[in-house]
Amino acid sequence: MAEIQTHEYDVIVVGAGGAGLRAAIEASAMGARTALVCKSLLGKAHTVMAEGGIAAAMGNVYSEDNWQVHFRDTMRGGKMLGNWRMAQIHAQESPDRVHELEAWGALFDRTQDGRIQQRAFGGHRYDRLAHVGDRTGLEMIRTLQQHAVHKGIDVYMECTISRLLKDGDRISGAVGYWRESGEYVAFKAKAVVLATGGTGKAFRINSNSWEYTGDGHSLAYWAGAELIDMEFIQFHPTGMVWPPSVRGILVTEGVRGEGGILTNSDGKRFMFEYISDYFRAETAETEEEADRWYGDKLNNRRTPDLLPRDEVARAIVAEVKAGRGSPHGGVFLDIASRHPADYIKRALPSMYHQFKQLADIDITAAPMEVGPTMHYTMGGVRVEPDTGAATVPGIFAAGECAGGMHGANRLGGNSLSDLVVFGRRAGIGAAEYALGLGSQPVLAEADVNAVTSELEACFGNDGGENPYAIQSDLQDAMHMLVGIIRTGAEIEEALGKIAELKARAMKAGATGGKAYNPSWHLAMDLRSLLTVAEASARAAGERTESRGGHTRNDYQETDPEWGKWNLSLSQAADGSMKLEKTPLAEMPAELATLFEEAK
Amino acid sequence: MAQVTLQVFRGDANGGEFVDYTVEVDEGQVVLDVVHTVQATQAADLAVRWNCKAGKCGSCSAEVNGKPLLMCMTRMSTLDVSQPISIAPIKTFPLIRDLVTDVSFNYEAASQIPAFAPCAPNADDGTYRMMQQDVERGQEFRKCIECFLCQNVCHVIRDHPENKPNFLGPRQFVHLAELEMHPLDTADRTEFIRKTGGIAYCNITKCCTEVCPESIHITDNAIIPLKERIADKYYDPFRWIFSKLTGRD
Ligand SMILES: Cc1cc2nc3c(=O)[nH]c(=O)nc-3n(C[C@H](O)[C@H](O)[C@H](O)COP(=O)(O)OP(=O)(O)OC[C@H]3O[C@@H](n4cnc5c(N)ncnc54)[C@H](O)[C@@H]3O)c2cc1C
Ligand code: SF4
Ligand code: SF4
Ligand code: FES
Repeated sequence: MAEIQTHEYDVIVVGAGGAGLRAAIEASAMGARTALVCKSLLGKAHTVMAEGGIAAAMGNVYSEDNWQVHFRDTMRGGKMLGNWRMAQIHAQESPDRVHELEAWGALFDRTQDGRIQQRAFGGHRYDRLAHVGDRTGLEMIRTLQQHAVHKGIDVYMECTISRLLKDGDRISGAVGYWRESGEYVAFKAKAVVLATGGTGKAFRINSNSWEYTGDGHSLAYWAGAELIDMEFIQFHPTGMVWPPSVRGILVTEGVRGEGGILTNSDGKRFMFEYISDYFRAETAETEEEADRWYGDKLNNRRTPDLLPRDEVARAIVAEVKAGRGSPHGGVFLDIASRHPADYIKRALPSMYHQFKQLADIDITAAPMEVGPTMHYTMGGVRVEPDTGAATVPGIFAAGECAGGMHGANRLGGNSLSDLVVFGRRAGIGAAEYALGLGSQPVLAEADVNAVTSELEACFGNDGGENPYAIQSDLQDAMHMLVGIIRTGAEIEEALGKIAELKARAMKAGATGGKAYNPSWHLAMDLRSLLTVAEASARAAGERTESRGGHTRNDYQETDPEWGKWNLSLSQAADGSMKLEKTPLAEMPAELATLFEEAK
Repeated sequence: MAQVTLQVFRGDANGGEFVDYTVEVDEGQVVLDVVHTVQATQAADLAVRWNCKAGKCGSCSAEVNGKPLLMCMTRMSTLDVSQPISIAPIKTFPLIRDLVTDVSFNYEAASQIPAFAPCAPNADDGTYRMMQQDVERGQEFRKCIECFLCQNVCHVIRDHPENKPNFLGPRQFVHLAELEMHPLDTADRTEFIRKTGGIAYCNITKCCTEVCPESIHITDNAIIPLKERIADKYYDPFRWIFSKLTGRD
C-alpha cells in the first residue's frame, strides 16, 4: 500500500461542534500542538442547529438564581442518576463560559438594563437560558469558530476518524480518511479528545444530522474505554409530525418557554393530568397559576407544559394512544393564541420560518402539530469529571459523546453549557496529559495498515448489500423496539435484529470510486451506528425499571435500588459487549442537603 | 405521490453530464429528500452535502432549475414537476464531485479578516453591558449560515474567477460589517476592507441579497455602510473619527 499521509500532534480533537472547538482552543492556548478534525465543513456541526439557549445561573432575570439552584434542577431533571461532580462543575462554571462567549464576540439578546437576557425552559426553576432568538447554537459555533481560526489551530475538515490506535495501553494516534479524495490519513497524537456528538441516526424519527452515528462512542469503546448510561435516550416531546418528510425536525422548547401551550383534540391543556408525584410540589395545578408563572416565577409554580422532556414526551404518547391526538398523530402546540404575531416572529424567527416554508403553517395564526423525536444521547464515554479523561490513558471526551453529566434525562439548555464547560476542561486535561508525557508514543505502521485494509474492504463488496437499506432497517428496529416505551421482549428482539444487521453490514458494498462517495462513508458509519445501537439495547434490557429517558412498559416504576447504579459497557477480550453495574458516585453531605431544603 | 424526473449533474473536475433519474415524490418533500431517494435507490455514490435538513447549517446549496437555493428548504410542490428538474452544483467554486464543490476559498478569506478585538469590560462586575437596540444591527449579520449562495451569484467572482485573489465577496462583507458595527469592537478594518476586501469591485447589483436564505440585507445594511465608511475615512477623516468614537454615523 502507498505511503499514508501522516501528521504529528500533541492533541487531536475529533469533532468541531461546541465541545470540540472549545477543547481545541484551550489545548492550543496551553501550548499543545493541536489539530481539530471533523467529518463536515467547519461551522456545520450539530451545534449549529441548537435553538433555545444555553443554561447558566447568571441571575440576570431572577437574582435568586445561583449555581446551587441550577445544580439541583439538573440532578432532579436527571432523576438523580447524574454524576454529582459533573453537575456541580457545570452549574458553577457555565456563567463564566457564557461571559467568555460574549467577550469573544457573541451577541446575546439583552435585558432592559443591558445584561444578557435569559428565558424559561423545562425543568429550570428560574429564567436561565441565555439565547439569541431561536438560533443560539449558530451564535455559539460561529463565535468559537472565528475565535479558533485566529488561534492558528490546524483544521482538517471533511476528514473522518475511523479508529484510535494504542501503544501498549495508551493512545498513540488515530487513522481516518479524507472524504473528498478517499485517501487515508494517520495522526500521531499523545492525546485524543472525542467530541463527536450523539447517536440519533440509529432511530427512524430524529432531530439529528447525518453525522450522529455514534462515532466517538464507538472509537472509545473499540479502544477499550467504558461507556455508561447508554439506555437513556432523550425523546424530545416536540418534533414536527407533518408533512412526513419533515417528521422529527425539532420545534424548540423555547416555544413553550415563551408561553406556548400543549393541547389535545378536545382543546384541553392535558399536561395538568400528567404531573408526577416527583414534580408535584413544584408544578402549577391550575391554568391560572401556570399562566401567572410566566410573569412571576417567585410566587407561582412552573407550568406542567415545561416539565422535563421525558415526562412531556410520555404524556404526548399517552394522549395520542387515547385517541385525543392531532390529525397526523401528534398533539397541538399553540403559541398563536398567546402572543401577537410580531412578538412571535421576533422571539421565534426560525420556528416561524421553518413551519411556513416546510409545512405551509403560519404559527402566528394556527397551532403546530408536534410529537416526540429522538433528540439526545445521555449515555456516553465514561469520564473523570474534572479532566474529561476516559478510562483509557490518552482518551478524553466532552459534549454529547461523554456520559454522566445528565444522568437519566438532560434538561434543555444544559447541553450548550456542557459543551463549553467540559470542552474547556477536556482541552486542559488532554494538554496537561500530553505535555506531561514526554516522548511521542509509537504509532505502529502495521496497525495503521490493518485499519486501512478494513476500510478498503467495502470496495471488495461491490454488488453487496446496499448500506442505505441496512441503515433504514436499523432505524425501524430501534424505533419500534428500543423506542420511547420499551419492553424486555422487544429489546431481546432488537438485539437479534442488530446481530443480523451487523452480519449484513460486514457485507455492505460501496459502489463507485473513493472520491466523495457517500455509500462508502455510510458503509463505514454503520459499524459505529450498530455498536451504539447494541449498547443502548443491552443497557435498556438490563435496567428493569423506568427512569428518565428509559421507560419500560414491563417495569413502570422507578426503583430506588436501581438509583444507586450506572450501567457500564466495555468490549470483552472475545470482542463481545460486556455489561457491568457500577455504583453511582456518592454526593457529599453539603450538596445532599440542597435536596432536603428544597420544598 | 407523483413521479418526477430529476436531471442531476454527475461528474468531477474532469467533466460530467446531467443524468436522468425518475423517482416518486411524497407529500411535503423537499428537493434534498428527493436527491436522497435517488441516492438510496439508484445512485448510491451520488455526492451531496447536507447536515441539518432544516435550513440552519447552509450545507446543501445547489442550483435547481438554474436557481441558487438551499435544497432542504425548497419544497417539491413549489416546482413544476411535470417537467424534468435540473439539479446542478453551485457554479462559482471548483467542482469536487456531483453536487459537491470546493468552498475553501471562503474559509481562506475568513481567516484573513482581522479578529474581533473587544474593549475592556464596561460594568463593575467585569462583564459587559449592551442595549438590545445596539446588538440588533450585528444580530442581523450573525444570522448568516455560510451557505455561500451570495458568493455563488456575485458576478465579480462568478463571471471573473481571476478576481478571486482580490475580492472577499459578500459573505465576508457581512462578517466585516458585523465586526465593524459590533458595540464592543475596537479594531479599524477600513483599510483591510478597501485593499484586501476589494469592496470597490462591488457595483451594488444586489444579486447577493436576493438569494440570501436568511434575508440578510447584504447590500443595503452591510456593503453600502462599509463603502460609506471607506469614503468617509479617505475623504472626511474627522467625520470618520467621530463615528468610530461615538458609534454614530
Ligand atoms: C435541533 C436541535 C436543537 C437543539 N437545541 C439545543 C438548545 O437550545 N440548547 C442546548 O443546550 N442543546 C440543544 N441541542 C443539543 C445540542 O445542540 C447538542 O447536544 C450539541 O450541540 C452537541 O455538541 P457537540 O459539540 O457534542 O457535538 P456536535 O456539535 O454534534 O459536533 C460533532 C462534531 O464531531 C464531528 N465528528 C463526528 N464523528 C466524527 C468522526 N468519526 N471523525 C471526525 N469528526 C467527527 C462532526 O463532524 C462534528 O464536527 C439541540 C439539538 C438539536 C438537534
Ligand atoms: S451587490 Fe456587490 S457583492 Fe452583491 S452580488 Fe452585486 S456585486 Fe456582488
Ligand atoms: S449572507 Fe446569506 S447568502 Fe451569504 S452566506 Fe450568509 S446566509 Fe448565505
Ligand atoms: S442541510 Fe442544513 S441548510 Fe440544508
